[in-house]
Amino acid sequence: MKRPVVAKASHRVWRVGADIDTDALAPGAWMQHGVEVIAQHCLESVRPEFAAQVRPGDVLAAGPNFGIGSSREQAAAALRHLGVAAVIAPSYSGLFFRNAFNLGLLLLTCARAHELAEGEQVAIDARAGRIVTGAGRTLPTDPIPGFLLDMVEAGGLLPQLKQRYPARSTP
Amino acid sequence: MAAATLACKLVARAAGREHVRPGEIVTCGVDLAMFHDSSGPRRLQPMLEELGAAIWDKSKVVLVMDHYVPERSEDARRIVRIARDWARDQALPHVYDSMGICHVVVPQHGHIRPGMFCVGGDSHSPTGGAFGAYMFGIGATEMLGVVATGQIWVQAPRTIRMRWEGRLAAGVTAKDMMLALIARFGMNGGAYQAVEYAGGAVRALGMNERMTLSNMSAELGAQVGLVAPDEVTRDWLAAHGAPGVDIAPWFSDDGSADEEHVFDAGALAPQVAAPYSPANGHGVGELAGTRIDAAYIGACTGAKLDDLRFAAHVLRRRRVAPGVRLMVAPASLADRAAAEREGTLQVLLDAGAQLLPSACGVCAGYGDSLAEGETVISSTARNFKGRMGPPSTRVFLASAYTVAASAAAGRIADPREVLA
Repeated sequence: MKRPVVAKASHRVWRVGADIDTDALAPGAWMQHGVEVIAQHCLESVRPEFAAQVRPGDVLAAGPNFGIGSSREQAAAALRHLGVAAVIAPSYSGLFFRNAFNLGLLLLTCARAHELAEGEQVAIDARAGRIVTGAGRTLPTDPIPGFLLDMVEAGGLLPQLKQRYPARSTP
Repeated sequence: MAAATLACKLVARAAGREHVRPGEIVTCGVDLAMFHDSSGPRRLQPMLEELGAAIWDKSKVVLVMDHYVPERSEDARRIVRIARDWARDQALPHVYDSMGICHVVVPQHGHIRPGMFCVGGDSHSPTGGAFGAYMFGIGATEMLGVVATGQIWVQAPRTIRMRWEGRLAAGVTAKDMMLALIARFGMNGGAYQAVEYAGGAVRALGMNERMTLSNMSAELGAQVGLVAPDEVTRDWLAAHGAPGVDIAPWFSDDGSADEEHVFDAGALAPQVAAPYSPANGHGVGELAGTRIDAAYIGACTGAKLDDLRFAAHVLRRRRVAPGVRLMVAPASLADRAAAEREGTLQVLLDAGAQLLPSACGVCAGYGDSLAEGETVISSTARNFKGRMGPPSTRVFLASAYTVAASAAAGRIADPREVLA
């Protein structure tokens, strides 16, 4: 089922700082496990209470360079597993950016992400390129190529590829 | 036609185009896909099965077991077993099992050549740029797309040229150049564009050192880190099983860079990056005297043959300070064997170094790790919190020269004082 990237829902904001790296999102010590285990340790070095208290639909508002570091896509997968609807930051690691969309995690590039407060409710319209806060302020976001928004709506690259390879059998 | 950068020439070739402009999104054919035991088969195999797809071209796939070897736990054994079984079932022609770290082993077997368009399932894949290949890291799901289709999208990058003129002083290396660049521009200074290293000081570097520049382009936040291939590249590849490569087409036209910065290599001091970011770099003098518990010469960016030589140069007729342990994990078995033949390894062992397997281990936090509260100086690429052990472990990054000098002193030390 498609997940609309034009969301009417209200999302609760978690604030984190700049340079959140992939080791913070998916710590190496847990990498031998599946995402359901890694997710329980997501951001524990920064926000120890995060994994236990985050709710599906919440969003992260971060400082610059979110997702720097490793190619480990479990960093994005852990956020998806916890139900995080989107990350909002002024900039991202390019590698994390690709991984997030491939896993169906929406990233919004927003120079004014710092204006979002911990716990506040926001609405997101990715195609229109804006975030609307509970107080009615509108923050613009950078345009995202349509094929990447389509990927998020499809739930990631794997579901998209399934549409492309419906009839092939395992070799 | 407008002047073109090396990066845009490489992307255009892979996209089947005459030329591409920075910012254009194009689909490229992949010449080589490299993956390892951690991000590779254990993640790819179930997705390929779910998809019912086959590998697009097995001759273009290279698999390296380097992250979970030697196996230290049941989980590690299971993960590596999946990779080995899959390699056998798929009859993959290019598999390197427990022979060293992928970014070093794969070029050492001549797989990465000028003009190629390559992807790797690891963030340090820009290492391939040292050979004039467009190579970057991707995650496992995107690798699935490559393995199933042989294609990937890329946005043709802007090129930031880092021109290093002059000549590095004794005891100063490519690692110091990169730590200085990352400190100056930040971990996202490369803005996921192409960084190209140029100038007399870069031309003077051998392939080991050029690989370090390209490798740590990942820490600079670039998609690729390129060095235009030259005779050094051609000769090195010929000696590593890839004779007759064509270097002629692969250079940036004059005036094509979108941005250029010029540095004086001769003025560069050894650099040390303090916890918890590779961008937290300083001249070694600012951190000299910091007590250390351990020193580590390892990883794809800090334990190639040249790095082992740098360390041996410092440690000849010296010993590791009491109470400090020096761990050495040569980047590949080939590097280890060469260091053994020429006596470099013996110098390190005589100094009291502990030899570890040629694998990612300590650097990736996947195998051996540091203890609670320990401080280590390391020739690796990353010092994030929790990278090498518990979050309380502190990792300082430096060249193999500086790591060795610090190991001998028991505190962070300037290698130039030892070498003088």
